[in-house]
Amino acid sequence: MDLHTTSLLVWVPLLPLLGSICNGLLTLVYAKSEHGAPRGLVSAIAVGAPVLACVIAFTLFAQLHGLAPEQRLMTQSLGTWMQAGQLKVGMDLMLDPLSALMICVVTGIGSLIHLYSVGYMGHDRGFSRYFCYLNLFTFSMLVLVLGQNLPMMFIGWEGVGVCSYLLIGFWFTDIAKANAGNKAFITNRIGDFGFLLGIFFLFAFTLHHGGATLDFIRLQDFFHSMPQGAAITTTVATTAALLLFIGAMGKSAQVPLHVWLADAMAGPTPVSALIHAATMVTAGVYMVCRTHFLFDLSPLAQIVVASMGTLTALFAATIAITQTDIKRVLAYSTVSQLGYMFVGAGVGAYSAGMFHVFTHAFFKALLFLGAGSVIHAMHEEQNIWKMGGLKAKMPVTYWTMLIGCLAISGIPPFAGFFSKDEILWQAFNHHHHVIYGLLLLTAGITAYYMWRMFFLTFHGTARDHHKFEHAHESPWVMSLPLVVLAAGSAVVGFLGVPHLLGGSNMFGRWLEPVVGLVEGSSYPTSLEMNLMITSVVVGLIGIGTAWARYSKPVPSTEPTRAVWWDILWNKYFLDETFEALIIKPLVAFSKVFLYRGVEEEAIDAAVNNTPRVYAGISGAVRTVQTGLVRNYALLMLFGAAAIALYYLMKFASLQ
Amino acid sequence: MISLQHFLIASVLLFAVGVAGVVGRKNLFIVFMSIELMLNAVNLSFVAFARFLNQLDGHIYVFLVMAVAAAEAAIGLAIVILLFKGKESLNVDDFSVMKQ
Amino acid sequence: MLTTILFYLLAAVMIGGGCVTITRKQPLAAALSLVVSFMALSGLYALLTAQLIAILQILVYAGAIVALIVFVIMLLNVREQDLTFHEELVPQVGVAAIALLPVVGVVVAAIGRLPAGTFPPLTGPDYGSIETVGMFLYQHYTFVFELVSVLLTVALAGVVLLAKRRI
Repeated sequence: MDLHTTSLLVWVPLLPLLGSICNGLLTLVYAKSEHGAPRGLVSAIAVGAPVLACVIAFTLFAQLHGLAPEQRLMTQSLGTWMQAGQLKVGMDLMLDPLSALMICVVTGIGSLIHLYSVGYMGHDRGFSRYFCYLNLFTFSMLVLVLGQNLPMMFIGWEGVGVCSYLLIGFWFTDIAKANAGNKAFITNRIGDFGFLLGIFFLFAFTLHHGGATLDFIRLQDFFHSMPQGAAITTTVATTAALLLFIGAMGKSAQVPLHVWLADAMAGPTPVSALIHAATMVTAGVYMVCRTHFLFDLSPLAQIVVASMGTLTALFAATIAITQTDIKRVLAYSTVSQLGYMFVGAGVGAYSAGMFHVFTHAFFKALLFLGAGSVIHAMHEEQNIWKMGGLKAKMPVTYWTMLIGCLAISGIPPFAGFFSKDEILWQAFNHHHHVIYGLLLLTAGITAYYMWRMFFLTFHGTARDHHKFEHAHESPWVMSLPLVVLAAGSAVVGFLGVPHLLGGSNMFGRWLEPVVGLVEGSSYPTSLEMNLMITSVVVGLIGIGTAWARYSKPVPSTEPTRAVWWDILWNKYFLDETFEALIIKPLVAFSKVFLYRGVEEEAIDAAVNNTPRVYAGISGAVRTVQTGLVRNYALLMLFGAAAIALYYLMKFASLQ
Repeated sequence: MISLQHFLIASVLLFAVGVAGVVGRKNLFIVFMSIELMLNAVNLSFVAFARFLNQLDGHIYVFLVMAVAAAEAAIGLAIVILLFKGKESLNVDDFSVMKQ
Repeated sequence: MLTTILFYLLAAVMIGGGCVTITRKQPLAAALSLVVSFMALSGLYALLTAQLIAILQILVYAGAIVALIVFVIMLLNVREQDLTFHEELVPQVGVAAIALLPVVGVVVAAIGRLPAGTFPPLTGPDYGSIETVGMFLYQHYTFVFELVSVLLTVALAGVVLLAKRRI
């Protein structure tokens, strides 16, 4: 591929970084004041940066589009980062169809969320600190997707992890919220360990078989040059792919590393929208697509990815049907949809997975922002059983959330239909019938719990009258992003219309130079059409069931006494299992061995006893100072005798 | 015949006697006199060597040592008087203010 | 022949006088014994043709320093019962003797390496006389001579200072 260089690319991540630094400085300057930095200035910087970055992103996208498909690669190098022996890692940014897509999504939806946050966080004392972190997150995410080599991606990876921690635990004075931030970061870290091992493995392997490299383009060439089908190729690719996938599991909340995402709802709602719906959690999917050449060489890794994705999708969906916190429903929904994306990538249809990333960004951000709007109106109430009847009070939120729910349920012509259906079809197409079946079931459950949430929130009669009285529609800064995202959810699906329905699959073709495109099938087209209809029907069944139960003035009660309900409500007791199996032993080990044994007995003893030894020695030596001059004279004599003895020895040898 | 060795042995013996006095006696005056003995022993060996090497440098050294001994005697005895005035004792061991 | 007898006699008196000095209970007795020792030493200097030094020994040591010591002994007028003697001497002296052994050993070894034989003949008949030594002193050790005078002045000033405070 011809390499074009660009000098515009660095500004995409750089502008949010500058915004973050400015807001950070403002936070520090106004740290002791009563109200903090001036809101207008902070908002202008904080929203302006991603908007400008978005403009540049779209410009670059257009530039890339202007090139011929095989030539769509622009890079920018900011200098050398590491040079050690054979390894040279540069601070390189790369713009190809995949990363161009991601930067448009991140900056576009990011700008909308920044704008929304101005309204949502308007009364918070930590306003400027919030935007500092949010801009920093945007910067990190952009570095992640633009990185041309694994270390650059890892920088972004860690950066978003840190910002996620900062933002989840934003209201850190509440210990539970601070702990949620810890949980997110630590669980992520476990995944990061796998990621690092993957990087080390790839480095070691490339080091011994030609040049050492961690650059994506050169790694791809490296693996293409290895003998295809040979055992060594498969083994190496499998090892690397699985290690990297562990990182993806942590970041994208796949089972069992999903436990942090639900608790992450402790952070402000726009944070959940941006980080845990639209961008950060999709980093894992992006990474799998970026390193697809490894997965392409390893059927085992692909099956693992697809299976974990399916398991996660079903697992989370079942939990979601019992949750009463509106944000938790959406959190588990996110985990479930992420499972879908991994299934798409796992069966080899990377563009299908990325398409779902794309559409999901729109409707999930919409749903979270809408939920935030509801929470804001209901004065921080998040329990859907305390809501009801809000349709009359908040029409804009109502209609936009409606579109979002339709999208996620896979109802045409909204975006979710096209992307979800593509994944289902590709799973079937690659002969993974079981996976297809489970995902279809999950789609039905998804529709059910989303509409359960919707009906309980907006339909029926109000259950908490006091809060209901004061509920009102949100200001324009919050409603505008909702409308924009709703429009997006309605429309962007048409970027990936499959051939069956007469479309040209523009999305898939856009990503083809990077991840390839699966076209054609061994199955007849009528089957594909039937499957499509089936999935829509399943979605409608889910909506219908929810309608029957929950849209009445007094909705049906939950079967809270049933055992199965209990298991689901407690999230399959996974948190408790981790607590008992891992956390408690670790803490006990730490207390007994490390704290008492090593710290106190070994280190403290050494540190405290060394002076004691010295004191003892000096005490013994001190007895020489008797104060008696005669003794001193005697000692002088001994000294002189010693010197004389020395000379005697010396001269004794002469003769 | 008397040679250099004889004088040197005499000098060493006198020196030893002086050391014995400094270390072994507690009376301040005896200690002082023992120091003088040591100095004189050294003087003897200086003069013996000067004669042996046919030079006069040794005599000059003796000259110096005598001058220093005189000065030291003066000041040392003044200090002895002061010490006695303070403590009414001539026992060396009693002046152990520097004890740890 | 005569020199040999004289040497042994004077050496014996000198060392014997020293021994007597350190074993007296009364300081005055010790001082007198010290004078005797110094006299013998002066005789030894004379045997070494160091006339000036011999005379200076008597003048300075026996005459001035010991006199000073005697003055101070008299001044302080120590009572009989304050003087101690017995238990103190032997162990410490024993230790000192042991410590001295290496020193003595070195000297003996050094002495052993010296060429045997008597003293060489003198350079001139004036060796050790006052003129010769004086000329030597003023010609070659002028600076040293001046320093000595400074030293004595300092000692003088020091004594006056020390003495004055007690008035």
